[in-house]
Amino acid sequence: MQMAAVSEQKSGFKAGIKAGISIAVGYLPVALTFGLLAKTTGLTLFESVLMSLLVFAGAAQYISLSLIAAGAGAAVIIFNTFIVNIRHFLMSASLNEKMEPETRAKKSIYAFGLTDETFTVIATREGKTSTGFALGVMLIAYGSWVVNTGIGHVIGASLPEFLQQAMSIALYAMFVGLLVPSLKKEMKVVYLAGLAAVLNSVFTMTGLLDTGWAIAASTLISAMSVEVMTGLRKGAEIR
Amino acid sequence: MNMVLIIIGMAIVTYIPRVLPLTVLEGKELPPFFQGVLKNIPYAVLGALIFPGILFIQPDDIWFGIAGAAAAFVLAFLGADVMVVVLGSIMFLSVYMLIGG
Repeated sequence: MQMAAVSEQKSGFKAGIKAGISIAVGYLPVALTFGLLAKTTGLTLFESVLMSLLVFAGAAQYISLSLIAAGAGAAVIIFNTFIVNIRHFLMSASLNEKMEPETRAKKSIYAFGLTDETFTVIATREGKTSTGFALGVMLIAYGSWVVNTGIGHVIGASLPEFLQQAMSIALYAMFVGLLVPSLKKEMKVVYLAGLAAVLNSVFTMTGLLDTGWAIAASTLISAMSVEVMTGLRKGAEIR
Repeated sequence: MNMVLIIIGMAIVTYIPRVLPLTVLEGKELPPFFQGVLKNIPYAVLGALIFPGILFIQPDDIWFGIAGAAAAFVLAFLGADVMVVVLGSIMFLSVYMLIGG
């Protein structure tokens, strides 16, 4: 029994690494560019890699560079980082429903690896997800993020222009690849994704909300209203 | 040194929303409605993460985003693995750039 549990955990980790490769590919151009921009903003190699090592949040790191370049103070930079990452509250709560029971200590370790990308890969799997799988996904994504930040800073140049531009589709393509199989299976997913997409487009394109808030608000409104609708329909069926 | 302190501050405020729900809610049974909402979140967030961002990956050329989105959706709809969707979309846009751009 003990043996079986161990090997299952192992395959969970390996499967996680495999599922995380598409994130690693998607992070490559983004992290290279971050390293390059950090250098031009005046951050040392140590500072740039340290930020990727400790923060591990793409959008927030990019925004911090533009704030640093604009001469913003520490409090403003840190506050903006918090605002941009507030959407992770929702993902962390959602992940808690998805993950197998685990000690708080282990959960607080893998919580660090929660990004938009690792969350969507882990949360769109069937059934409960093992801690090993989550760690695998996060480790390879994190490795790509940190290493490529360093490479971007050292080489001081990104990929060839055409490849850089073509690779900007990578993370979006991954989101599409994760979403479409579920879209085909369940009408509910069509409503969830469709409503959130429309709301987010309205919020961002009218300038009503900043990106971080817009994603959080449209996700929450969509998830709640579709749940209310489902509840109403079930109630009607019972009657 | 100041930079290092800013980075540490950023790290702390980024970690808080990641860790709080996962550890505070552990072992707690939420009301069914909230469980349902939380289970809906992955699919809602995917919709918000894809749109409208995918259309503006090249801010000056919306057709680039539309072409990339079309390639990704077609590949995914045909049942391609996530990795194939990613690499296929990159290849499609590389060709698009080399021929059209």
